[in-house]
Amino acid sequence: MTQTEMAISVRGLTKIFGKRTVVDHFDMEVPKGAIYGFLGPNGSGKTTTIRMMCGLLIPDGGEGSCLGYDILTESHAIKENVGYMTQRFSLYEDLTIRENLDFIARMFRMKDRRKHVDQALADLGLADRAGQLAGTLSGGWKQRLSLAACMIHKPRLLMLDEPTAGVDPKARRDFWTEIRRLAASGVTVLVSTHYMDEAIQCDYIAYIAYGKKLISGRAADIPDKIGLVSWRVEGPDIGKLEAELRATEGIGQVARFGAVLHVWGTDADALENIVAEQKKRRIHSWRRQKAGLEEAFIYLMVDAPDNFSVGAGG
Amino acid sequence: MRFSFSRLFAVLVKEFVQMRRDRITFAMMIGIPIMQLLLFGYAINSDPKNLPTLVEMADQGPVSRAVLMGMQASEYFDFIGIVTGQEEGDRALRDGTANFVIVIPPNFERDVVRGLHPEVLLSADASDPAAAGGAVGAISGVIDTAIRETMTGPLRYAATGAPPFTVTVHRQFNAEGRTSTNIVPGLLAIILSMTMVMITAVAIVRESEKGTMEALIATPVRPFEVMLGKILPYILVGYVQTFVFLLAANYLFDVPFIGSRLAFFAGFNLYIIVNLALGFLISTVAKSQMQAMQISFFTILPTILLSGFMFPFAGMPGWAQTIGSAVPATHFLRLTRKVMLKGADMTDISTDMVNIGIIMVVIVAVALRRYRQTLD
Repeated sequence: MTQTEMAISVRGLTKIFGKRTVVDHFDMEVPKGAIYGFLGPNGSGKTTTIRMMCGLLIPDGGEGSCLGYDILTESHAIKENVGYMTQRFSLYEDLTIRENLDFIARMFRMKDRRKHVDQALADLGLADRAGQLAGTLSGGWKQRLSLAACMIHKPRLLMLDEPTAGVDPKARRDFWTEIRRLAASGVTVLVSTHYMDEAIQCDYIAYIAYGKKLISGRAADIPDKIGLVSWRVEGPDIGKLEAELRATEGIGQVARFGAVLHVWGTDADALENIVAEQKKRRIHSWRRQKAGLEEAFIYLMVDAPDNFSVGAGG
Repeated sequence: MRFSFSRLFAVLVKEFVQMRRDRITFAMMIGIPIMQLLLFGYAINSDPKNLPTLVEMADQGPVSRAVLMGMQASEYFDFIGIVTGQEEGDRALRDGTANFVIVIPPNFERDVVRGLHPEVLLSADASDPAAAGGAVGAISGVIDTAIRETMTGPLRYAATGAPPFTVTVHRQFNAEGRTSTNIVPGLLAIILSMTMVMITAVAIVRESEKGTMEALIATPVRPFEVMLGKILPYILVGYVQTFVFLLAANYLFDVPFIGSRLAFFAGFNLYIIVNLALGFLISTVAKSQMQAMQISFFTILPTILLSGFMFPFAGMPGWAQTIGSAVPATHFLRLTRKVMLKGADMTDISTDMVNIGIIMVVIVAVALRRYRQTLD
């Protein structure tokens, strides 16, 4: 792929706070129009990386471009064209919904500001509550307002930092419908999350831990890249088996998908031994399967501890 | 992508809306100055009168009575009773029921007539020198006059002769020696410094503490637009405070304003700006609104104590004067007193203006060096 097809292309991005290296030689290529999932445990450096890419933090090392603008020297142009949604609600709680949107629109010196703000309010379904203080909104509405605010200037690239943290499942589903609609219209979306059901919706994935990128690529390729071996188990008393398997050494991971049990890990030999042992009992049917995204994300995320011991601040 | 007036305007509008919604802070901005004016203007008196005094009278003659009458007429002393021995007087001084005990010795009148120069003892509670000072300074003159007025006719020889010279004291600029005439003009320096520094610092730190700074600087806004947009509304607050102050000074405290209005206008504008810049500097250091508040309070101490507001600047040791000179209020205080009380014009205040200007340049330079357009 050539440079121009990349919305984001960074190499060796490094950020050091004091003595801690929060982001360590991070590379990322985000194709235009893609939904790119940015995964990692709390404190792994996701927020810091996003902030560096949209010009809010100056990298201590590395280079790259965002929408073709140099992240080191052209952060002003990047800000004009990127919509950045912060992890924490960062609009003014003591301004009304309309005043907030109006303020952001003014910051981008938009023509026909009133029209765009009215449109955004209508899209949000908040037109009749436009005079309500933003601080009085519920978590889900705050998040929708934030999204509307960071999109008001029609950016070509959206950077969403854990946009659905603490939001109820229904609001999250609506939110993702919106994200997919945007991506279909050609907007590139970089979204950090630690929800598995959200990671599955992404076209591309990068996984970061302790400031280092561990794996990245097309979402569909991720299980193979990790090298996961997966088994599908069916039969009676699946709950009991699950508990038993969890207590077994070398099993990797176990999870229930409805009435079916999935067992997977990277150590194929160890798994093979356990499966052989189980098959002798002839209670359950064991079948080898291609590891899916779910298994891959559980593998990556479930056992990963929060990274605050080395790096705070997401 | 240069400076944009529409973005500056947007920040301004936002600040005004937020200011309007934050009723309590808004009330404080106007309420604190009025409160301070009333407290300092009415409550503080560095030349206290009517202090409780006990009398130990071992001589009852007309001369002794004339001495007491004279003391009462001076208004410094308010006789609250009679004691009969030293012990009783000392106890009253110790427990604070009396500030003074005046002791007229036995045979006072006889000794005066005989020209023996008897001693009158004024025991003062000098644990608070400011309280005792005025009365102690006045007592000699009071007694002298009283005796001279009583010893007439053939006894004239016994009255104290006129001293070989006279000292004429000309109390300029505040002929009646009223404390409020001195305190009130200085108070403007304190009020502006207290509110301006704190409000700016807190208003800016609030953005980073609440997380709104991140969304703000993710937009193409320029640092200068943020700085100006945040500071300008508070200049207006400074104007309102100064206006309230001038009204109160004139109508409540009868403090004259005899100098150049232009000089005053130039001075208080510069002073407001230097305080806002200081607030901005504090906001680059403080991590939370609480810290911003504490650091602001920290700057208020030298402003009140070392600026010459509470205590005469010339009376402070050299090192304290050096620190005091770095405080903007020191120079603005002189400027206001000069203009209001001494009729100064632009040329008279040029030194003060230059001094405030130098302090401002230093503060702005450090503040801009520290201010970051990023979250680093």
